[in-house]
Amino acid sequence: MSSENLIDIRGLNSFYDHRQVLFDISFAIPKQQVTVIMGVSGCGKTTLFRHLTGLKKTEAKQIVVDGQDLGTFSEAQLMQYRRRIGVLFQSGALFNSLSLAENISMPLKVHTKLAEETIRIMALMKLNMVGLAEFCDYMPSQMSGGMKKRAGLARALIMDPEMLFVDEPSSGLDPITAAGLDRLILNLKDARGMTVVVVTHELESAFKIADLIVVMDNGKVMAAGRPEEILENKDPRVQQFLNREADPHKIHMDAYYERLLGDTWRSF
Amino acid sequence: MVNPIQALGAFTLRQVFSAGRLGMFFIYTIRGIIRPPGKFWPTVKQIEFIGTKSFLVIGFTAAFTGMVLALNGYYELTKFGSEGWLGSAVGVSLVRELGPVLSALILTGRAGSAMAAEIGIMRIEEQIDALECMAIDPYSYLTTPRFLASIIALPLLACFCDVIGIIGGYAIGVGLLGANGGAFWYSLTTSVDWSDLSMGLVKSVCFSVLIVWVCTYKGFYAGVDEGSFGPEQVGRATTDAVVASSIAVLISDYVITSIML
Repeated sequence: MSSENLIDIRGLNSFYDHRQVLFDISFAIPKQQVTVIMGVSGCGKTTLFRHLTGLKKTEAKQIVVDGQDLGTFSEAQLMQYRRRIGVLFQSGALFNSLSLAENISMPLKVHTKLAEETIRIMALMKLNMVGLAEFCDYMPSQMSGGMKKRAGLARALIMDPEMLFVDEPSSGLDPITAAGLDRLILNLKDARGMTVVVVTHELESAFKIADLIVVMDNGKVMAAGRPEEILENKDPRVQQFLNREADPHKIHMDAYYERLLGDTWRSF
Repeated sequence: MVNPIQALGAFTLRQVFSAGRLGMFFIYTIRGIIRPPGKFWPTVKQIEFIGTKSFLVIGFTAAFTGMVLALNGYYELTKFGSEGWLGSAVGVSLVRELGPVLSALILTGRAGSAMAAEIGIMRIEEQIDALECMAIDPYSYLTTPRFLASIIALPLLACFCDVIGIIGGYAIGVGLLGANGGAFWYSLTTSVDWSDLSMGLVKSVCFSVLIVWVCTYKGFYAGVDEGSFGPEQVGRATTDAVVASSIAVLISDYVITSIML
């Protein structure tokens, strides 16, 4: 297994209008390994995910992919980059007007000149990989959330990408299906040498599949390392996250009364 | 003192930004004509949705519009002893104005709102993001087929509207009110000429561009400015799309008429 880095993130800052959501994010994503980005809701995981997939504009020199600066990509270069990656969105993001097989086949129809029958066979192979081959002619509205997610994964894999980005793979899935997805991700890494980046807050899944874990909080990286290093990390916030401890309930009385009573409180 | 000025400045910047984005959206839609994926079958599918499925409602509207025109026109023309020119009144009104405008407004309400809603839902469900991540140009896939279909369908629908409206006008004017049938057709064929027809067709093409441009734009950017993606944003985008494209149709109708008359 190669230990060189495929993606280098160097001092990434991100804003929505004037609100900063990522603060000086720096870590490297190793090639042909599974990197899990974890954190509480609202910590900036999805924003980071959008930067890595090119959906959010990155400034120059902040994300380097295989030696190339993602922030300076032209439209054509960005398209080329996206042909190397597969992306699974949280809800699957299937196209409602197309059947499952048509959804999976779409990248092949657009980017290749393969015959229809060949495309259909390839789509069925990918659907078989995620256990949905018998549902190939179903419409997305006829499927459960978990099935849509698995179908989305099949579509993300149809072009045999070098890198796979997965947003919350286990959310909304039952434990058995989630375990199946975890096993599939590990197979993709081992059998196909794929580099996989998973954004999740599911601890069990993360520690099962990760070669590298990055823990984020409030837009910053709190810890990054191998799973055993993360478990031994002494940072109290990391330990609180790993031990699933709720935040202590603090009330600032003045602020609380002002929120309840508004101007009336100020007159007291 | 500073806050109103800041607010005005921020508002102006937002409008300029939106105008620029609207312009770039149009350019990307046109560029999509030469980009993959293929356009033929998606355009045919959209022609069926925009055109074929609008026949009934446009035919219904056109028939009653022609009938009302004949009804009102007959009584007014009778005052001047000119009921023989009923065909001209009905024909010119429909071909120059009512055919293109009514069919455009019906299309906005029917197909325009559907486009905005469908694309808006795709936005909130990350399907547009998925297209981009698959290296598929979302403009080429979503908006260009609708654009081409609308340019083909709306002029044909306007012509259909004209024909049905004239038949409706004839049925009431001649059949019910007793105007002279021969005079009706004579005045119609001598008054309505290529300049009227071309005005109607030019209007239809312009209206079709405006309707698709505004409605697909609103759906494409549903929720983007607020940073919030939910049913409320889709609903608002759909409403805004119908209102904005209706206003655009009416304003451009006046502009084109003033230029071509």
